[in-house]
Amino acid sequence: MKKLPVLSLLLWVCAVYFVGIYLFVGGFLLVRLEVNRTSTCGDVLQPGEEPADFCRVRPRFRRAVLLIIDALKIDFAWFDPNNTSPRPYENKLPVLEETVTSRPSHSRLYPFRADPPTTTMQRIKGFTTGSLPTFVDVGNNFASSAILEDNLIHQFGQVGKRVVFMGDDTWENLFPKKFHRSLPFPSFNVKDLHTVDNGILQHLYSTMVGEDWDVLVAHFLGVDHCGHRFGPDHPAMADKLTQMDGVIRSVIDRLQNDTLLVVMGDHGMTDTGDHGGESQKETDAAIFLYSPSPLFPGPPTQSEPDVVPQTDLVPTLALLLGVPIPYSSVGQVLLPVFPPHGQTGGAVGGLSQLEALWINAKQVNRFLETYSGMAKDIPPESLSQLKSEFSRLSSDYLATVRDGRPPSPRLAASLQAYLTSVRATCRATWARFNPLKMAAGLAILAFACLTCFIVSELSLVLIRESGPGLKPPVAVAFIAGVCVAVVQIGKQGYVEASWCLAAAALSSELLFLWRARRYRAVPVEKNGSKALKSPSWLTPRRLLIPPLLVPLLRCASLLSDSYVIAEGRAVTFLVFSLALYIPIHLNWDGLLLPPSHDPLKAAGFLPSPALSPSTVRKESGTLLACLGVLVGSLYLSLSFHACREEQGSCQPSPFLSPLARLQDNQLKNLHYVLSVLSLGLWTYLLKRCLRHYGNLNASSGAVFTARWILPLTSVCLALHWAVGATPEDSFRNLSELIGLAQLALPRAAFCLLGLGLFLIWLDPLTVFIKPKATTPTRGQSQTPPRYRASTGISTQAELHHLIPQIYQRMRRSLDDGEQVVGSEVDSSPAVKAYGLGTVYSAPLLLFCGMLGIGLLLLHPEGMALSFLLLLLEMGALLHMHASSTTLRGLHGTFSADFNVPWTPVVLWSLAATQFFHATGHLPTFPSIQWGAAFVGFPDGHTGTVLPASLVTLNTFASHILFSVGCPLLLFWPLVREVRGSRGGRACGDEGEDAVMEMRLRENPQRFTAALLQLATRYLFILGAQVFSSVCAAAILRRHLMVWKVFAPKLMFEASGFLVSSVSLLIGVALVLRVDVAVGGWFKRLIPEASR
Amino acid sequence: MWDHEIRAMASAHAIIAASVFMATVLPAAAVQGFSVYGTHLLWLYSVSGAVTAVSVAVFWLLGITPPTKKHTVGYKLSRLFRSCLYFFLSCLFFHTVVVLYGAPLIESALETFSLSVLLTSLTTLRCLCVLGPNVQAWIRVFSRHGAMSVWDTGLQITVACTLVGAWIGAFPIPLDWDRPWQVWPVSCSLGATIGFLTGLVAAPAWIHSHRKQLTYKCK
Repeated sequence: MKKLPVLSLLLWVCAVYFVGIYLFVGGFLLVRLEVNRTSTCGDVLQPGEEPADFCRVRPRFRRAVLLIIDALKIDFAWFDPNNTSPRPYENKLPVLEETVTSRPSHSRLYPFRADPPTTTMQRIKGFTTGSLPTFVDVGNNFASSAILEDNLIHQFGQVGKRVVFMGDDTWENLFPKKFHRSLPFPSFNVKDLHTVDNGILQHLYSTMVGEDWDVLVAHFLGVDHCGHRFGPDHPAMADKLTQMDGVIRSVIDRLQNDTLLVVMGDHGMTDTGDHGGESQKETDAAIFLYSPSPLFPGPPTQSEPDVVPQTDLVPTLALLLGVPIPYSSVGQVLLPVFPPHGQTGGAVGGLSQLEALWINAKQVNRFLETYSGMAKDIPPESLSQLKSEFSRLSSDYLATVRDGRPPSPRLAASLQAYLTSVRATCRATWARFNPLKMAAGLAILAFACLTCFIVSELSLVLIRESGPGLKPPVAVAFIAGVCVAVVQIGKQGYVEASWCLAAAALSSELLFLWRARRYRAVPVEKNGSKALKSPSWLTPRRLLIPPLLVPLLRCASLLSDSYVIAEGRAVTFLVFSLALYIPIHLNWDGLLLPPSHDPLKAAGFLPSPALSPSTVRKESGTLLACLGVLVGSLYLSLSFHACREEQGSCQPSPFLSPLARLQDNQLKNLHYVLSVLSLGLWTYLLKRCLRHYGNLNASSGAVFTARWILPLTSVCLALHWAVGATPEDSFRNLSELIGLAQLALPRAAFCLLGLGLFLIWLDPLTVFIKPKATTPTRGQSQTPPRYRASTGISTQAELHHLIPQIYQRMRRSLDDGEQVVGSEVDSSPAVKAYGLGTVYSAPLLLFCGMLGIGLLLLHPEGMALSFLLLLLEMGALLHMHASSTTLRGLHGTFSADFNVPWTPVVLWSLAATQFFHATGHLPTFPSIQWGAAFVGFPDGHTGTVLPASLVTLNTFASHILFSVGCPLLLFWPLVREVRGSRGGRACGDEGEDAVMEMRLRENPQRFTAALLQLATRYLFILGAQVFSSVCAAAILRRHLMVWKVFAPKLMFEASGFLVSSVSLLIGVALVLRVDVAVGGWFKRLIPEASR
Repeated sequence: MWDHEIRAMASAHAIIAASVFMATVLPAAAVQGFSVYGTHLLWLYSVSGAVTAVSVAVFWLLGITPPTKKHTVGYKLSRLFRSCLYFFLSCLFFHTVVVLYGAPLIESALETFSLSVLLTSLTTLRCLCVLGPNVQAWIRVFSRHGAMSVWDTGLQITVACTLVGAWIGAFPIPLDWDRPWQVWPVSCSLGATIGFLTGLVAAPAWIHSHRKQLTYKCK
């Protein structure tokens, strides 16, 4: 068997796909250039003749306290005195309302609207730099997370203000060495509600009393973590908010007259306590401004803004504290805090409304000029419009100032309008794409899909090495890549890696396709019998069959936002339809029912059936029973879906929340028992299946894994769930032990899992051989071996004859329900081999099972049920495929090839998507189950690689399982063959050999070809889905829903493809590894036997 | 070859199609406030009733139904009883399938069941008329070589068209267009009806165009 061509072809196809995805994503995700200039005090921002130093002027406030309460939603801040039965998150911050009503000119409470993405780091960036975020913030360097753009903290440092920071350690990464004093606390562990807050409270009051600070930033995380852990509607949230109320009160008591207090949330949260998206619940935080000295000219008036955008905090704070506005801020000053013209002066000092607006407008105009000089992405017409608007405003303003007239209110209004329009223009511009890269990515992906399809059709030819080889395309790819690189160096002086990759991928694809096309005509001339096989691909009749129509529908559905939103149900619908198609199609071909009293047969219309009626009846029964199981698990899997925010009346599955969140003890116990039962059933079913095929008798690593490591891991998992579900308050004296168990149990499970997978890889054979003196015969007399290995021929030939012989015996002994293979080779002692028939599928199945348990560990406990459904559905699909293959008689004859038809492959790949949804995942960023990163690491991580990979494993669990298990589709019809023939044919019918998977060894070339075909077919279906979501993103890039639906879908689909293809390669590699091991085993067996 | 039968089929189909049309138009004239979307269930029952009555009458008049072996009243009654039972069982079967396809289980059970009644009257009823209450024969007729007469081929085509129509009818449901015909089960029943009408037209046309290739084994 040729291993290298299979792996190299698959690797090449995957690499081409990856390049296409990389190029497209590079062109699609938006880029905003960071302007690396900073504002200085000398900037001529002041009106008037004298170029005064801006920072010299006495600012309105000397000091400021910024209390950032993470995820302080505006709903938490409102106070409704009429609400008699408040929810846990309502009416818990009365201090804000009391202050606003009792001291109206000292304080205000506004909704504070964040720009999506509403994640903490992006938000801190937003309200310190005043700029707008792009979809994925592409800075000048990825290596450091520090903010390089001009920002408030930097400006405070410039004028010598001492910034003291305490709280969320994200700040420390964003502003390294910028603080006068810094007390960061770890933020990553969302289960920890109190460490950060208590750490701040220890130091906050003592710091405030001292004189060692000018700006104090305190970032509380408790509310956000409480939301993530329990959701807003939980008593813990009430406690946390009440605590925050107390904090705000104490801070207000300690404020001095020259100090400004800002209490704000960086983002809101959804009803489940998550954030990251752009729904109003996530974007609307609260901001509360207060000062002991009058801050506002009077009580709230009609002109108050309804909502304050988050960027507006930057210029407001800068001007109130007397520092220059950061260079790239596009915010607008909050007008109510500045006195109207003519009321300035006096003791307060500071700027009037008009002056503040003027400074702000000048700064924004300067940024716009700089930015348009650096990047050409702002449309020139809107740029010139903005510029002329500004020059008109500035002449108006200067005339007003020169004449000393009282300014017209119209001027202030048009300045405001100017600032708003700049902000709108920037927002529209930073949604720009690189169409060239997108087109290249699309083309590469389209050709990759075509290549994949052709490879799958030509797999046999490719393996025979008479077809288009891989060497020329790879060589051409290399040459093309280097050429482009050289040209780039010559023209631009630097190399852009993406274009080199694009040239390489495209050229190799095109060369391969061209060679394949040229090749297509050859076999017709050379060999008439092959003509049927190769040339007829790509005709519409062959392509418009239901198994390919269903993926087409699936791909088409990715182009509509409604179907992406309802994806879970849509995919289930398609799986169900295609599953129903199998028996209907079989019936259409007249294969589902035994042609018993068929008058046609007698008349010679039909060929005499290959299978006896009882076999047909049995197989049809199996098929329909499996269809029942499949449909049942499909239906039940619908109840594990989570909900998107777009789905209005949708209840997320109760199994999705971790046990610790459940408050009803009885329900908790019920869920726990259900989960443990399904886990036990998962383990039992796996072991049962392996035992049934006699794979548990050997003493190899894989068997050890199946017998001991698998159950042990399950026990670890069950204990881990039990420990995780215990409420924190009970068993106080055991808390240390519980903490230890939370750490040790999942880690032990991880270790066992790693050990198990390693052992399977190292020693995958599950065959047990035992030489024995006498063969126990059960009922039947020993028939002499039909194939006698004559002594004169080589070992290889001997091998060919030996295998069927072993299997004759094996099948005979199958009647006892025990898999014994007895063989006599030249009257030497007989050899007994257990489990040879499933030598390939057993390790793969075990691998999948172990992997499944590991992935289950990363999920909430309730998902055990869903994983059990996954296993059942996998089994049902495999059995259906096997039965329909048997009914079609594809494997009835000895020389049949092992090709897997499209229908099961399509079902398999759709089931992966279906269980992506049925394990509680959604293609949206807020729905990522971050909790997975803390399994076994309750105290958080130091790096980012480990948590990222844990979350990836959690998110794409079903993709991984189905991809690794994909080669099972090839083996299962062979595994099932024995049982079919046992039930059907007469027992004494020794002419037919039931050699199960040993058939594959008899025909290694076809085996390899079928494996390659299966893998490329699977990759084709996945790749087509990626291509279609890429198309959706490209075509609908100006669609209303692009950032909410299509872009996240594209990211999930692309990463799903990445993970799937890697897992598929692992699965294929495992099969090849087993093949090597089987080869070695035979080599050992032959000399022993012939000696 | 079978010009006579094709003509008979075409006229029978025309009558059935006309009955669907009348079942839509007549209640609109007679009943106040009748509309296909607004009073959908009423329309649905009216169509199912009309199709049931007309098909039974037409096929009985044409004498397509396989001759019974015994001519006793008791046997005929039991046949009638079995037909009714199969009709009801088929409603339940369609209901189950539709629920498994994703229809709400409890909320709009009446709507779902009405859809399954419609599907039954468009598909199973025809099987009952053409093949009699014999499930084995029903299953066998849906195979490549299963059709034994022009009527069997017509049955294959209409049933397939109806079911595919209902299947396609489910596609617009998730779309966010907020149209009255997207409400469950309007699009599916409309799809089934349109599919049925297409089948009625397509069956004689297809058989006519393929009459040279068709060969039937005599019963």
